[in-house]
Amino acid sequence: MERTLTSYIRALRSAGAGVSTTEALDAARTLEIVGYGDRQVLKTALGTVLAKSVEEKDLHEQMFELYFSRAAAAASAQSDDSDEADTSSEDPDSGSNSDDDDGGGEASGQESRGTSLMDLAQTADAGQIAMAMERAGARAGVDEIRFATQTGYYVRRMMEELGVEALEARLMEQLGQRTPEGEAEAEKLMEARSRVQRMARVHVDARFEVFGRSATEAFMNEVLVERSFGAMGRGDMDRMKLVVAKMAKRLAVKHARRRKVRNRGQLDLRRTLRANAGHDGVPFDVVWKTKRKDRPKIVAICDVSGSVAQYVRFLLLFLFALKEKVTDLETFAFSAELADVARPLETLPFEEAMMRIIDEVGSGGTDYGKAFLQLKSGYGEIIDRRTTVLILGDGRSNYSAPRLDIFQEIADQAKRVVWLCPEPEGNWGTGDSCLLQYKPFCTLLSHCTTVTDLERALDEVLMAYD
Amino acid sequence: MSPEHTPKGLGSIADVTALLASVGYISTPEISTAVYLAHHLRKPVLIEGPAGVGKTDLARSAAQALEFPLLRMQCYEGLDESKALYEWKYGKQLLYTQILKEKIHHLIEDSDGLDASFKKLAGFQDLFFSRDFLEPRPLLKAMEQTGGSILLIDEIDKSDEEFEALLLEILSDYQVTVPEIGTIEAQVPPLVILTSNNTRELGDALKRRCLHLHIDFPDAELEARIVRTRVPAISERLLAQLVGFIQQVRGENIRKLPSISETIDWARTLILLHADVLEPAMVRSTLNVILKRQTDIVEIAGKVDGLLEAAQADAVSTR
Repeated sequence: MERTLTSYIRALRSAGAGVSTTEALDAARTLEIVGYGDRQVLKTALGTVLAKSVEEKDLHEQMFELYFSRAAAAASAQSDDSDEADTSSEDPDSGSNSDDDDGGGEASGQESRGTSLMDLAQTADAGQIAMAMERAGARAGVDEIRFATQTGYYVRRMMEELGVEALEARLMEQLGQRTPEGEAEAEKLMEARSRVQRMARVHVDARFEVFGRSATEAFMNEVLVERSFGAMGRGDMDRMKLVVAKMAKRLAVKHARRRKVRNRGQLDLRRTLRANAGHDGVPFDVVWKTKRKDRPKIVAICDVSGSVAQYVRFLLLFLFALKEKVTDLETFAFSAELADVARPLETLPFEEAMMRIIDEVGSGGTDYGKAFLQLKSGYGEIIDRRTTVLILGDGRSNYSAPRLDIFQEIADQAKRVVWLCPEPEGNWGTGDSCLLQYKPFCTLLSHCTTVTDLERALDEVLMAYD
Repeated sequence: MSPEHTPKGLGSIADVTALLASVGYISTPEISTAVYLAHHLRKPVLIEGPAGVGKTDLARSAAQALEFPLLRMQCYEGLDESKALYEWKYGKQLLYTQILKEKIHHLIEDSDGLDASFKKLAGFQDLFFSRDFLEPRPLLKAMEQTGGSILLIDEIDKSDEEFEALLLEILSDYQVTVPEIGTIEAQVPPLVILTSNNTRELGDALKRRCLHLHIDFPDAELEARIVRTRVPAISERLLAQLVGFIQQVRGENIRKLPSISETIDWARTLILLHADVLEPAMVRSTLNVILKRQTDIVEIAGKVDGLLEAAQADAVSTR
């Protein structure tokens, strides 16, 4: 049973829960204390010991159900008294058509191969089937499965472990005889084979759910974060939301800490006196003045004209995920006219809000100069010395006046100006792009097309407040 | 590996539930399992969950039921070892130096030279850094309890990361190291309960040393049982309506969801006001008991009728 536990822990790890060795040891001790008697108790107890956050609890909940499924429970119940099970399977009646290959060198191989494929195909004992599958699966290394496409391979490996070769040899032999009895026998053999194959497939599929599914998910997420926003399809959107939420959480954890810095060298007299009252006023402990750090404030200005709209979606998704914990956030969208879009984004579901914003603001020729002017005159007071102005756009202003004077005023007023551009650097300043004119006023101007780029840029923005 | 002495009431998971029920704390299987394992594995329990679901109360109830002293350590930003572990009684040390001055004079009188005097004093130098001059703070106090104790480290997420590191020695080995004296080991390992409201992510090292318990808002049935235990005067009809309404409010998109403690407060309020059914007008005028933000109150006040109806419908469908 120890093995069951370690393998379960491995399953949890491959699903993304960080289970340490200490926790594995705790789990083993927990088993000793609570025993296997009550499934529900076992589940709760393991959840307490192994899962250390709400997400991990959910994961444990899922994995426990998958892993300790009914069939597996039956199998483990039988393997506890495996001696009886094995002797019973080698009863005389099964000995007649035993095509045991006896090829297994290991000790554990012998007993289970005693249950021949034919027996397995005919038996109705779920426990016996589960046990045989469990063993063959372990020898075939099914737990290593990572991708759905490997299913066929592992089913074949399991069949080999179950002794399919001997059965096939016999099948060929029967077919070669070309007699009615031979053919009837062959028919039976084929049927047995396909039945066992189905069972093996069920087993491999279940294992894939446990060990492979999350690996596949992780792999797809990995691909996605490096994919350009422009190349993303509708179907990627849901997965993307999860990925972004995860990244945002990571950033939040990194930057939500330490809101105070010591101002070394400036004595806080009042607090020093208070701290040393117990020492007769002799200043043993000196307290320095501290300064609260600014909470990051981001004013995001997004170009939502057709060419950039897709990128804006992800930036806003990311910013909103950060909003609760890390930043104060003001959001504006523009193409011809500038509008404050905080309201729809806060009240409507994200997709709906985006549609409405693009509907309302996204028409007409993009005019950066006008947008900056409207920002300055309409909302000038929201930009202060703790504000990072975050602009997302390609800087293609349809040959209208860039209003560098206004942009400079905004830049002077703000802490930093960060411009994220979906176009590669080579295209900056070509055609109607005014990016290079704006560039001198930006603290940071960077090319941004994937979530990873976005994460890096936002990390950079937040770093300025640490 | 079970500790030598298991107090009555921690013998099995069912016992824990009964134990907590005896002091009016309605436990769930998760909570009982965590407390049971905490004792038998000798591990601290880290409890997370929204404010007001009974995290702190679990420690208080367990202490009351087990008749253990409860040592409470409220965490805050800037909490350090002199407030959590121990502090030297500097005043007393100074006073004693003054008093003992003459004795010392007497002692070194007959030795000539600085060297000889110093050697003579060397034998006494540990005198001032001994247990007598140590002021124990909650964590050290918990180590010194001989009959078992409950150590509650409340709102650990409010403390600094340095403090978290300080806790590691205590949580894994149940000992405190005072450089001048040595290591003080716990007589009887205390049952340690840490609570967190998740304002920041706790370190992995800390989490690894703890069992983890997440207490969420209760479902209607459990909530009704809790309110019934805490506010026995409430009529069944009002209780069902009240719990149904609260459950509906939790489904709304508001900033601060009402917790169990708010439900209990509200039940008490309604009893004081002699209400025996929930009426929209009554609900509106007492919303400030369950909702703590003006915007939330405004939001819900507009929906009271609908929510009451939904709660009613829910109750009918479950019946």
